[in-house]
Amino acid sequence: MIKRLVSGLLLAALALPACAAFDVGQLMDDLARHKGGKAKFVEKKYISLLDKPVISTGELTYTAPAFLEKRTLTPKVETLRLEKDLLSIEREKQKISINLASQPEALAFIDSIRGTLTGNRAALEKNYLLSLAGNPDKWVLTLLPSDQKISALVLRITVSGSKNQIRSIEYLQADGDRAVMSIEPLEAR
Amino acid sequence: MSKAGRAFLLWLLAMLAGAAIVWNSRFTADMSFFLPSHPSAEQQVLVDQLKEGVVSRLLMVAIAGGDETQRAALSRELRGRLAKMPEFVSVQNGESDSQAADRDFLFRHRYLLSPAVTPERFTVDGLEKSISDSVDRLASPLGMLLKPLLPRDPTGEMLELLRGLNAGAQPDSKAGVWASHDGERAMLLIQTTALGSDTDGQENAIKLIRAQFAEAAPGQGIANASLQLSGPGLFAVNSRATIKDEVSRLSTISTLAIVAVLFFVYRSLRLLGLGMLPVVSGALAGVVAVSLAYGTVFGITVGFGSALIGEAVDYSIYYFVQSGRNGLTDWKQRFWPTIRLGVLTSTAGFGALLFSGFPGLAQLGLYSLAGVATAALVTRFVLPQLGQANGQTRDLTPFGRRALAGVQTLRHLRWPVLALALAATATLFAEREHLWNPELAALSPVSQADQAVDMALRADIGAPDARYLVVIDAADRESALRQAEATGQRLDALVASGQLGGYDSPSRFLPSQASQDARRASLPAADQLRPRLQAALVDSPLAAGKLEGFLSDVEQARGAGNIERASLNGTSLALAVDSLLLPHGAGWSVLLPLRAGEQAIAPSAIRSALAGNDALFIDMKAEFDKLYNDYLHEAMLLSLAGLGAIVVLLAATLRSPRRLGAVLLPLVLAVLLVIAGLHLLGERLHLMHLIGMLLIVAVGSNYALFFDRASDEHRLDPETLASMLLANLTTAIGFGTLALSQVPVLHAVGVTVGPGAILALLLAAIFAPRASAA
Repeated sequence: MIKRLVSGLLLAALALPACAAFDVGQLMDDLARHKGGKAKFVEKKYISLLDKPVISTGELTYTAPAFLEKRTLTPKVETLRLEKDLLSIEREKQKISINLASQPEALAFIDSIRGTLTGNRAALEKNYLLSLAGNPDKWVLTLLPSDQKISALVLRITVSGSKNQIRSIEYLQADGDRAVMSIEPLEAR
Repeated sequence: MSKAGRAFLLWLLAMLAGAAIVWNSRFTADMSFFLPSHPSAEQQVLVDQLKEGVVSRLLMVAIAGGDETQRAALSRELRGRLAKMPEFVSVQNGESDSQAADRDFLFRHRYLLSPAVTPERFTVDGLEKSISDSVDRLASPLGMLLKPLLPRDPTGEMLELLRGLNAGAQPDSKAGVWASHDGERAMLLIQTTALGSDTDGQENAIKLIRAQFAEAAPGQGIANASLQLSGPGLFAVNSRATIKDEVSRLSTISTLAIVAVLFFVYRSLRLLGLGMLPVVSGALAGVVAVSLAYGTVFGITVGFGSALIGEAVDYSIYYFVQSGRNGLTDWKQRFWPTIRLGVLTSTAGFGALLFSGFPGLAQLGLYSLAGVATAALVTRFVLPQLGQANGQTRDLTPFGRRALAGVQTLRHLRWPVLALALAATATLFAEREHLWNPELAALSPVSQADQAVDMALRADIGAPDARYLVVIDAADRESALRQAEATGQRLDALVASGQLGGYDSPSRFLPSQASQDARRASLPAADQLRPRLQAALVDSPLAAGKLEGFLSDVEQARGAGNIERASLNGTSLALAVDSLLLPHGAGWSVLLPLRAGEQAIAPSAIRSALAGNDALFIDMKAEFDKLYNDYLHEAMLLSLAGLGAIVVLLAATLRSPRRLGAVLLPLVLAVLLVIAGLHLLGERLHLMHLIGMLLIVAVGSNYALFFDRASDEHRLDPETLASMLLANLTTAIGFGTLALSQVPVLHAVGVTVGPGAILALLLAAIFAPRASAA
């Protein structure tokens, strides 16, 4: 009886500060409320092999909770579409479909963005350690892979945004190369 | 030696010789029962694929029980155990290490394999274009996968190779191995070394899988582990077991029932033994004839034997019952001609089947023909030498008298029966669209439950079904591969226009020597390539200095030997090539399985793309349907021909249209009523019901002939009627037992001929001419 009481108090004590400050749970709730929309993106990939970054631009479309489309317009038209666990890539009349359920590493990678978009904390924490900085108007969420297979590919993912809108995603790859995507919402819903 | 002794000795010698032949006969229960004996070119491909094709050697395995990780561990363990065994060519479960060898091979040989390798690709312009494409591709989501390859493969040949491969049809994966869609089972795809037609080999492989599973499962700590297995091999093994089981079960049932009936009548073991003599001789003669004519005896043919027992035993019944009182001479004079005519009509019916292109049917025909003829001959020429039944059989006269009285009563049914027949005709006419089962699968001995498991596993693992194939024949391997490449170019156009999703070709992994030589010749020497590369990369973010790996790889490819079939060993690509590039008799065949894209495959588009080429386009399902329709069409012709032969035979013997009509009417009515009855019971008719109709006429004519003969003599004596009833009973038992069979071929014949024989006798009695009144 006493033991239960003590552990109850302990839990309550742990929960107290979380209510006060801006935390991952609150961010996730905000993000989960975002039902989707369209955005422009500019992605720069800094690759050590190349003298200049590779720049691609295009549009993102997101409809909560399971549809995400990344339509690259430059340098080559290419469409990447994610519906539930089916990832399809269309480029130059070619279409590749990948069932992510069969590709755990790719799924973890995709979940970093999908989990953030949908505010699915459980999906994110399955593969990453989360840390949040800033306030609701200007926040930075850092994802550190907890699985060795994933950290062999990517060292850190940094997502930053404002309110329930993601403004940039940065991937730092294990080989030191880096990709930064800035996102500019086209219309707010 | 006495005459009897000589006859028996002669018979014994013949039997021993027959037994020796049967001993050395080959019995099978495989699909070839259903495969055409004189196939067209398209059907030949179908036949080859069913017997030897890769698809026929695939076994799908599902592991259930435990949790995800335990199942995955068990899947790995099972693969590890089976992969080492010579009985299996490949065991796949989605583990990533199995793909590494393939990737290594493709990368190592990319310059000889890539269709994009041409002299133009290595000019300054060509390099500039392909390398800038590769750099652009780094912007793509797949860029991360391509980046490590870039320094050695800036022109993107690896991507060219992967372009043609099918990335879409992969099964789901859980804990690193393939899993079912619901995630509750781990899946494996196994290819056996044994051909699909080698049922023993398939059985052995299946046993090995089960045994290894049983050994491995406890080690992974799964208490409730269960294994589900399916595939053409399992179907073959199960069908064989079913047929074996049924042959012995049905023969036992019908033999016991018939022996009981005969013992009741003969009341003598000696007579019973003698009575079985024609049957045993007939059954043996049937197998011997089939074995000698075809080399192989189908299990189903032997299963048909129980029907033959019922039919062949008739002759000895007639002999013993009819000769019992009046002696042999009287029997020979009065009864034998009628029996002989009955035998002839039966053989005419069975004989028609001999001309079938459906080997199963032709065997049934030959088996029955030889069996019935032998049984009749043994009855006529051997039995009288060995014994007569004077006073030994039960006196059937009282029984016959009661039956005669019954026959008189039955006559009142003439008009009701005609009305019933009219109703049956109307029903059949109204329902004519729904009478027939249009698929060959209706004849398949595979159970519904097995088919359901197969469908489920197939959906989970995405096993290839290879419905559409392009087939090329060539004199040797090199020209086969060259033709595959030429045909592939035509198919590429269809892929580009979206009419085709893709296709597999052995030349993807084993290009013709000519193509390999041409590609090698396209590769410039290092001192030429280096300045071109410099020039091409002037405006590129990629510095030429970072591409030393590329230069040395190209140089190495220039000096390397060609890819041979042996170069593929140790990769799953070897399997892909072997399954698509097949040596046969005089030459080589290439198979190019087609995959549908967004839109369904339109055969006309494929045919026109291939026009002028020797390649043959085959839609396996359409071929199957066509095959069955051909059989059905042919069976109708044969049945009509058999019927025609019987009518001609009867007409020539009876020499009276009125008598001919009187003999045929009950037979036609019996067929009508049986078919209408089966339809009302929900049985969908197929090929074998049609054959059953012919057999009703062939078998039933015996009874109609006896009534006709009786009317000729203006009397029907009780013994004759009793012998007919007895013979009818044994025939109905023999065919009726087949109705219990789970093998559709046998079931259909039994369910048609069993009741048909009884109806034929009843109707013959009902419509017997009035003059025959005793």
